[in-house]
Amino acid sequence: MAPRDIADYGRNMAEQIRKTTAPTGTSSPQAGGDQEISSKSGQRIKDELDDLLDEIDEVLETNAEDFVNNYVQKGGQ
Amino acid sequence: MAILKVCGIETEYGIVTRGFEVSPVASSSMLINAYAGSMKQKIGWDFFDEQPSVDVRGAVTGVSYPPEIETHLVNAVLTNGARYYVDHAHPEVSTPECLTPSDIVLYDRAAEEIVRQSIVSVNRLLPEGQEIGTFKNNSDGKGNSYGCHENYLIARELSFGRLAAQITTHFVTRQIFCGAGKVGSENGAPEVPFQISQRADFFEEEVGLETTVKRPIINTRDEPHCDPQKYRRLHVIVGDANMSEVATFLKVGTTSLILALIEDLQYPDWLVLRNPVSQIRAVSHDISLTTMCELQDGRKMTAVEIQQQLLETCRHYLLTHDDPTSGDADKILLEWGSVLDCLESSPENAADRVDWIAKRRILEGFAERHGVASLSAQLRAIDLQYHDMRPDKCLALRVGLRTLVDVDNVLRAITDPPINTRAYFRGTCLSLFPQNIVAANWDSIVIDTGDEILRRIPMMEPLKGTRAIVGDLLASTTTVEELLLRLGATDSPGWDPLMMPEPGW
Repeated sequence: MAPRDIADYGRNMAEQIRKTTAPTGTSSPQAGGDQEISSKSGQRIKDELDDLLDEIDEVLETNAEDFVNNYVQKGGQ
Repeated sequence: MAILKVCGIETEYGIVTRGFEVSPVASSSMLINAYAGSMKQKIGWDFFDEQPSVDVRGAVTGVSYPPEIETHLVNAVLTNGARYYVDHAHPEVSTPECLTPSDIVLYDRAAEEIVRQSIVSVNRLLPEGQEIGTFKNNSDGKGNSYGCHENYLIARELSFGRLAAQITTHFVTRQIFCGAGKVGSENGAPEVPFQISQRADFFEEEVGLETTVKRPIINTRDEPHCDPQKYRRLHVIVGDANMSEVATFLKVGTTSLILALIEDLQYPDWLVLRNPVSQIRAVSHDISLTTMCELQDGRKMTAVEIQQQLLETCRHYLLTHDDPTSGDADKILLEWGSVLDCLESSPENAADRVDWIAKRRILEGFAERHGVASLSAQLRAIDLQYHDMRPDKCLALRVGLRTLVDVDNVLRAITDPPINTRAYFRGTCLSLFPQNIVAANWDSIVIDTGDEILRRIPMMEPLKGTRAIVGDLLASTTTVEELLLRLGATDSPGWDPLMMPEPGW
């Protein structure tokens, strides 16, 4: 793999990820976000979680049992 | 006075094969070789100074299991100053030495990308239907654990007994913001549906040398990888690997500040736990955060209250002492205070930065939506997939964790070393002279000039070899012979260019 490919791959991966499905009301401490929480509606918080759960339903391993059972790690520190 | 908290993180990744079966040592080797194969020249690890079985307590009676050095396994040193190798049947990345917790976050993220690139490279080499996968977690949910170890530079003169007694309180309670969360319990611990830490169930001793069995909260490995007269390396094995950048920042940042407190004899003597081994489990098993921890003087406080006390002590300490984290202290205090405020009043509001809370949020939502029972395979799959390094499968990448480092800087950190520790000298030498470097390790580089003898450049001082000190010299040097000459290389056994007074270095 050429270095350029690696860099592009890394960028694509890094940008694809870290999507902004942050739970409503949370933010950096600088923004004083904790005070904003009460102003957000309960419905909006629920909608955000619903969207996130829709996505998890999509990407979750289809055979959870096999996925979990096959994960065995021996010999760690 | 406390010394600057040079630090590093070593992370063992979980590894699986799909569609074929080989030993984890073989799959880890394939993974790392696939990555290292794209480098100009593969540089091996030099085991000359490795002494992982040296115990800080000297001779200790009783059965002990010193760690083994596995010199035959795959080992690579990267141009960013990191080490990428097979350790105890896992692929492991050790970050380069960093001067700040912010840099630790950057190089821990770079390590993640290195592992992701390795997966892509190795899976391209494998036949259709076969693949290797990796996970950044610390438990397989079946009683097997593997570590994410932190390392901090501390003064040799500090009493280890005092250090161990005082820092343990932090190690037991810091998991409330840097625990990665786990479905179920292991290692004979009482059953719980969900707990705060991946690792807490595996700690059985307060102090000891072991890292693979009967794990101790305080590890006594005395292997400083630098001048042993001046320094110790505190080898911390009690932490979880974090997916959240803020959690990694807080884990290393708060620990650095408290270690400095202890070095400067400013730690409150009364803030020491009774029975830390049972309390580390009790704190992990209580997601309501109401468990009372008992101190040696009989006082009882919650983990949040203990952390608030530690925060206030550090805040007070920094009014009169230099920042041991080289510029990160204000940010650490801000994040620390903010996360403790959340944990005290509404923990769910820390779901954008605390792994166990983010994970619990999706576990509860999923269980409610699908009517799934606790401890079911689906919930265990969510737990595992939170740490899956495949970007299209990783759940941690989808839950809205706040980030601290810029993507472009992460990509640069895959190849470029930190500029303000000796990792700069190691990494830059590897970039400039890959054909001449036979091996490297934390405190030396071995050079082949084509002569009959190999030359070792010792690097016993972690804060020498920085860009400020050697940048011009390396930029204007074209061959290793010239490098050795300009470093004033001699055959004297005590010669160490990084120890020489500036200028010259």
